[in-house]
Amino acid sequence: MTYTIEGETGPWEVVIGLEVHAQVTSQAKLFSGAATAFGAEPNSQVSFVDAGFPGMLPVINAECIAQAVRTGLGLNAEIHLWSRFDRKNYFYADLPQGYQISQYAHPIVGTGAVEVTLADGSTKTIGITRLHLEQDAGKSLHDQHPSKSFIDLNRSGVALMEIVSEPDMRSPEEAGAYLAKLRQIMRYLGTCDGNMDEGSMRADVNVSVRKAGEGFRTRCEVKNVNSIRFVMQAVEAEARRQIEVWESGGTVEQETRLFDTARGVTRSMRSKEDAHDYRYFPDPDLPPLVLEQSWVDQLKASLPELPDQRRARYVAMGLSPYDAHVLTIERETATFFETVARGRDAKVAANWVTGDFFAALNRLKRDISDPPVTAEHLGELLDLLADKTLSGALAKQVFEAMIETGQAPSVIVEERGLRQVTDTGAIEAAVDAIMAANADKVAEYRGGKEKLFGFFVGQTMKAMAGKGNPALVNDVLKQKLGQPAS
Amino acid sequence: MMRPTDLTLAEGLEALDKREISAVELTQAFLDAIERLNPRLNAYITVTGEAALADAAASDARRAKGEARALDGIPLGIKDLFCTEGTRTTAGSNILGGFVPPYESTVSANLKRDGAVFLGKLNLDEFAMGSSNQTSAFGAVENPWSRANDPEKRLVPGGSSGGSAAAVAARLAMGATATDTGGSIRQPAAFCGIAGIKPTYGRCSRWGIVAFASSLDQAGPVARTVEDNAILLRSMAGHDPKDSTSANIPVPDFRAAVGRGVKGLRIGVPAEYRLDGLAPEIAALWDQGLEWLRAEGAEIVPISLPHAKYALPTYYVVAPAEASSNLARYDGVRFGLREKGSDLKDLYERTRARGFGAEVRRRIMIGTYVLSAGYYDAYYLKAQKVRALIRRDFEEAWGKVDAIVTPATPSAAFAMDEKQDDPVTMYLNDVFTVTANLAGLPGLAVPAGLDQQGLPLGLQVIGRAFDEETVFAVGGAIERAAGFTATPRVMA
Amino acid sequence: MSLDAATVRRVANLARLRLEETEVEKLQAELNGILGWIEQLQQVDTDGVEPMAGGAPVEVKLPWREDAVTDGAQAEKVLANAPDREGEYFSVPKVVE
Ligand SMILES: [Mg+2]
Ligand SMILES: [Zn+2]
Repeated sequence: MTYTIEGETGPWEVVIGLEVHAQVTSQAKLFSGAATAFGAEPNSQVSFVDAGFPGMLPVINAECIAQAVRTGLGLNAEIHLWSRFDRKNYFYADLPQGYQISQYAHPIVGTGAVEVTLADGSTKTIGITRLHLEQDAGKSLHDQHPSKSFIDLNRSGVALMEIVSEPDMRSPEEAGAYLAKLRQIMRYLGTCDGNMDEGSMRADVNVSVRKAGEGFRTRCEVKNVNSIRFVMQAVEAEARRQIEVWESGGTVEQETRLFDTARGVTRSMRSKEDAHDYRYFPDPDLPPLVLEQSWVDQLKASLPELPDQRRARYVAMGLSPYDAHVLTIERETATFFETVARGRDAKVAANWVTGDFFAALNRLKRDISDPPVTAEHLGELLDLLADKTLSGALAKQVFEAMIETGQAPSVIVEERGLRQVTDTGAIEAAVDAIMAANADKVAEYRGGKEKLFGFFVGQTMKAMAGKGNPALVNDVLKQKLGQPAS
Repeated sequence: MMRPTDLTLAEGLEALDKREISAVELTQAFLDAIERLNPRLNAYITVTGEAALADAAASDARRAKGEARALDGIPLGIKDLFCTEGTRTTAGSNILGGFVPPYESTVSANLKRDGAVFLGKLNLDEFAMGSSNQTSAFGAVENPWSRANDPEKRLVPGGSSGGSAAAVAARLAMGATATDTGGSIRQPAAFCGIAGIKPTYGRCSRWGIVAFASSLDQAGPVARTVEDNAILLRSMAGHDPKDSTSANIPVPDFRAAVGRGVKGLRIGVPAEYRLDGLAPEIAALWDQGLEWLRAEGAEIVPISLPHAKYALPTYYVVAPAEASSNLARYDGVRFGLREKGSDLKDLYERTRARGFGAEVRRRIMIGTYVLSAGYYDAYYLKAQKVRALIRRDFEEAWGKVDAIVTPATPSAAFAMDEKQDDPVTMYLNDVFTVTANLAGLPGLAVPAGLDQQGLPLGLQVIGRAFDEETVFAVGGAIERAAGFTATPRVMA
Repeated sequence: MSLDAATVRRVANLARLRLEETEVEKLQAELNGILGWIEQLQQVDTDGVEPMAGGAPVEVKLPWREDAVTDGAQAEKVLANAPDREGEYFSVPKVVE
């Protein structure tokens, strides 16, 4: 069933397309040798090229080209062996050259597609229109001084991949899922760290609304939204605004807007008001970018396993589609799981990782990059379960102890004597003692009060400090109590 | 011996080698000449005398140790479009304000590497946009030559490298760097009776040279002789990884090619260059030049460059378009002039209106217009296609000939008060030179004679891409045959 | 195609060149003179001609640089020519987004 927003005139469908700017993971900038590290002192990572000084010229960074191609391959997109850089001309305080070097007419990557999984388990394919390389701009700080804006050019010239989607999304959830999927793919590939709070990934959100069965109506672009949650909020806020405009008899004007995260509304961008006319033309400083097919093939052959492939492999290993999905969301989680599962029962490993382990992460507010127990230790714990050294209940005790002490499960089992008792003699002794102490209950049981069996199990386990092997305890009790009369 | 400032660059190197003169003496001679004549000619915007003498002393020390380099001790002037580390660079504009580059252009760095001594920064048309050096924010440059029948009439040196050409002609430098986007080396060289070459696009690095039109700009030398040009170009040229359009091919010994002769060479004569209304003196000089070459054993072959007549209008779309973008960085934020403004946009508009002169503003307007929505295809794209046809015309010509010889300019130097009526009249100065820029080919201007007023006239030799050697060979032959010995009235 | 005064003002705005009203007419005439002269390009048959972008006389490819930090730790040099700065920042009149 499709997502709609209820207006006075009935339900409205929402149409969403995303332009995602993803910072390429590289040591140096796209066209200069200045560093890209986040959080450096203002203007401390700026070459004269990045600052648009007279006579300075761009020279492209090979790794940025490779990263764009890897990402294109990860998006199942066509790689263009011939592409070109154009100049996008406009004046802005943090655009030193007075133009952005981008790829307008001939992007390095063409059409592709990604599949997203939604909460209800359904999947949807989102079309990729193109991916191109371009320079990031510098940063303007507007709140440092009453009458001045400050300019820091550290970001100026950093390589970005602009990934443009088709207008294929129909709900905030789909937009969020698409963005999450892009980030997941790029993190698996190592082409973008996806840290949205550091601005490594920003989305321009194109939103329009329409009645069922209509063609597209005018869209607005909400610029530079910097978290998945905000993207989802911005979609809904902008959609509701447009519905109000249409329903109050107005028409939506195509414009760029900003999302006010504090007030949860979008507003028109003043600085971008005056007519866009970017005067794109081929950058005469940069000959065409020509790739060898063999080089692209090498990159393709060296790509890491992507989330979709990995998920499929886990399902083949017998995991439920859901477990396979959660375990592959983060590359680190999948790696953790695979260490735990190596040479062991994959389903048991998946249950422990998605069960007790994830619960522990949430409870302790830790994340997979610094887990409270190592994958190796968790694996050992599963071995102790497998060889019956531990019962399920004991294993949970040991797991908690592992979290507290960081010790290996075997050590904990030894020191605390948590090994379960499988010696029938000891169990029989315990059972005899319980029966002697509860002659009346024994009689009731034998008289037909069958549900008392649980009582005897509990008593025996208690007497054995929980270490009795549950199966053996059952057998011994059944045999000693005999069949209740029926 | 003759006065130091009369020495050609080649003679200067020899005199230094033979210890007939020291680099310090040579440099001092030129600094004295500058002090005496620059107030009139205005060829230099900045004179760096102290640094020059210090560099000259260092050069003498190297030579004493037997470590002299290719250009050691040779006093040169640098067009003020080349960024020079620690020395103010103006591009002939007010908008750069007191800009002092923290870097040295590759071409000037190559010259320093080879031991050259820099006397100062030479005047030019603002951002190299002009053919008379009258658009400079630092005042016009006077041509050291003048008309026999009207010696007081002040003439232009041509442009945009007017300061470079005037300085070399008046012996205020042994040679100079220059740049050529549509004729800015060859036209002023011709107007001032010296030689200058625009090499193949990509031969000299553009890194550190204030950009005018990136797909057309090329640096090159101007000097009194073809041989001096060959010596200078060898030092200036070479692959530069900092310029993505720099050609990664070896630099030959151009000097060796100068005396090679033209026996067996096929020299093309493009019919389209016989403009109706071409001055008879120019036509006669052209025929004379071809006659000299035939006498030296060259074969003269008529050719056609059908699209040559569209070269200037093509240029006046492409060059302003690129310039409008290249000059966007002059916004008063990171360097150069800043005018106060009520907000950032107002600051930009006041800074750029005040900082750029009329011709530069005009070209920025044209360039912005031809790139703007709705006009791109009709103007910019169309011009790029015609440019492709112009390049193709040459490719076809190279099947028939080894070099092409044409006049360098449609007239001799004109007076400062002429050709001011409308911009297009001024643009026509580059009618013979601009095709080489559009096709990316090397073009050399050689002084070949005088008009009736005693003003120098030049011929142009155009060659195949990266075949400057043949160009030098043909230029050398013309130079020898012409035996050009006339000197300007204003001279050290 | 000839420019009207409004177009001259629009282009000047795109180019961030302040135009006094008194300059518009003269500039308009000059630009129309130049553009009229450029019009002759329309006579050239360019059907099927690949536009020439860039100035190279022969086919060239973009050269690649290796991914290494070789530049940029020079805030003082970058800021030295600034007409106005605040500490390690360039500064401009406040921009309202
Ligand atoms: Mg966008
Ligand atoms: Zn973008």
